[in-house]
Amino acid sequence: MPKSLKHKMPEQTPQDRRNNFNEVALGYDETTARAEADRCLQCANPFCRQGCPVNVNIPAFIKHIKNGDFEEAISEIKTKNSLPAVCGRVCPQENQCEKFCILGKKNEPVAIGRLERFAADYARGNKKKSESSAQDKTMGEQIGKVAVIGSGPAGLTVAGDLALLGYKVTVFEALHAAGGVLMYGIPEFRLPKDIVQHEINELRNLGVDIAVNSIIGRTFTIDELLNEQGYDAVFIGTGAGLPNFLNIPGENYNGVYAANEFLTRSNLMQAYKKNATTPIYKGDKVAVIGAGNVAMDAARTALRLGASNVYIVYRRSEQEMPARAEEIHHAREEGVEFKLLTNPVRILGNEKGWVEGLECVKMELGEADLSGRRKPVEVKNSNFVLEVDSVIIAIGQGPNPLIQYTTPGLEVNKHGNINTDEQGITSKPGVFAGGDIVTGAATVISAMGAGRKAAESIHKYIQDKKKID
Amino acid sequence: MYKILEKKQLSDGVHQYKIEADLIANKCQPGQFVIIRLDEEGERIPLTIADFDRDAGTITLIVQQVGNTTKRMAEMLQGDSILDVAGPLGNPSDIKFYGTVVCIGGGIGVAPVYPIARALKQAGNYVVSIIGARNADLLIMEQEMTDISDELYVTTDDGSKGVKGIVTVPLHNMIGSKREINYVMAIGPVVMMRGVAEVTRPYNIHTVVSLNPIMVDGTGMCGGCRVKIANENKFACVDGPEFDAHKVDFEGLMIRQRMYQDQERGQQCGGNCKCQNH
Repeated sequence: MPKSLKHKMPEQTPQDRRNNFNEVALGYDETTARAEADRCLQCANPFCRQGCPVNVNIPAFIKHIKNGDFEEAISEIKTKNSLPAVCGRVCPQENQCEKFCILGKKNEPVAIGRLERFAADYARGNKKKSESSAQDKTMGEQIGKVAVIGSGPAGLTVAGDLALLGYKVTVFEALHAAGGVLMYGIPEFRLPKDIVQHEINELRNLGVDIAVNSIIGRTFTIDELLNEQGYDAVFIGTGAGLPNFLNIPGENYNGVYAANEFLTRSNLMQAYKKNATTPIYKGDKVAVIGAGNVAMDAARTALRLGASNVYIVYRRSEQEMPARAEEIHHAREEGVEFKLLTNPVRILGNEKGWVEGLECVKMELGEADLSGRRKPVEVKNSNFVLEVDSVIIAIGQGPNPLIQYTTPGLEVNKHGNINTDEQGITSKPGVFAGGDIVTGAATVISAMGAGRKAAESIHKYIQDKKKID
Repeated sequence: MYKILEKKQLSDGVHQYKIEADLIANKCQPGQFVIIRLDEEGERIPLTIADFDRDAGTITLIVQQVGNTTKRMAEMLQGDSILDVAGPLGNPSDIKFYGTVVCIGGGIGVAPVYPIARALKQAGNYVVSIIGARNADLLIMEQEMTDISDELYVTTDDGSKGVKGIVTVPLHNMIGSKREINYVMAIGPVVMMRGVAEVTRPYNIHTVVSLNPIMVDGTGMCGGCRVKIANENKFACVDGPEFDAHKVDFEGLMIRQRMYQDQERGQQCGGNCKCQNH
């Protein structure tokens, strides 16, 4: 292996993995991890840290791996990142830490994400130490009580940070399982659910309570949490929950899914398993509309459920696809076909109301639009029908309106996202927010970064308030 | 875990469950629903809250055996527990003084109509209730409905009790006799709700139906419960479940309700039978 390249991480072959839901990437072994860690130059002024939304001390943990002190490595990461096994798998490192790595200027950057994953997986396999040290920290007197709404990446980060500071934290989750998008959205083959549950159990070990089946705005309101139940502060991390539709004819035919529903059935409800109680419609020819990470997840799930043809239908070109390069590469390897510069016009159905085709029109790129991307323009008379029996719409999600409707004094913008400042402070005293509910749909790690900042703000708010009292 | 404190059979395939769920009982309003999941392997299904007792911390669910989960629920006993009950979900009914209101429940739909009719009565309305079933044996909650209604009409398809015919017959008669009706609430099978909507449409009588499409999460996340209301997609879970009956695309709703019919039938008999449902 030349020193200029990252050490490869073993993977299931595309032929194998398109027939199962097991994890695609298999992780480094100890020797490879130490060899990869040895590529790190241990810069005195490490740029990689600038690219990390939660500011992990990257050279420090890599040095521990190089020296074979794997437990030290995970302890170092965990001072900044409560979900390393998740981030090591789903962070877009190529746009974050690894983008800034000095090695990346001439060669490939250090595989920081793979090393983070290695450290987390090592700790999970050999777990005594990290748990006991975590529990020690919660033995002291509790310094305040905080409610966290939503158990996705933002909420879990807030919960972990505040629990470490000595707060009593309760996380309220509307679904029956904690984890948010990590459970319902990201598929097993990219992020195994037992890993998510392990990371959540680590938070429980820190003393965090998780209340499932609790819909804030219905079961309790935010005002009740603050005024009647004695919470000092509330963090809202309810994510981007409401799926967008295209508003083209035929979207209500049977066989048409929002990616959220398709993925929730397969992931959270485990409909991919034989004899599952939750049904899922398994199309043979499936069109997925959109080209973000959710679209790739849906396309690759459809393949694994047995589809013979899966198409990504996207109105812009390859360059503009928002999904991570690795996800696009994996999807292509597995046999997903890309219909780029192709815009869906309507969904065709049969007399019984089932999908039988997707009418599309060809596009070409025109001038740059407001987003800086070249705007796709229709090519006249280029309509054609893609023969499919299922259509999955993956064009983004908006904010869930429930909390906004039931919380007087909480300001939102015209899209319904909660207004906060840089530190996650909302217009309502004692109420903080972060993640997709503030920014619109983004990444796991940016939600965690927002959670980190909000946790600091909450700590300061509560301690300031107690001084005055 | 949510314990079943009482279970009783109301008619063939229909059971009533009183369930310990104090947080939900404390908050729920007429018109709202819960999502339940029986056990770790279970699916999530929406069920309308038929009654609640805030002091006792209980909610009442009335469930007809139609699919996998409701069949398994029918086998559960008093003292057993349901793993997950989440709620209350959906918007509450718009309870206020309208004047004369007609509350219509068809089949199992009488159960969710009951708390709404009761609340409308408490709000000072003159409540005319119409409840219907295929036959007398399948009729549920007649006594409860009698207790909270100023007038009650019973219809059965076969005439074994009350008026022979469907629930729209007494409604037609009321309209025909020029009685003023200020508000109609109808819950039941989609064909029945569509029928009621068609009866009141020419007279422009404000008519509301409560929809129960397929759902997964019940909080707006999956989009599976979308239904066209005045040609625009709405989510029954967060925008409903009640909608103006004259704006609902009932045909689309009926098609979507059949999405998993074949798959579910296949599961129930394991697919190795001769039931001809596959």
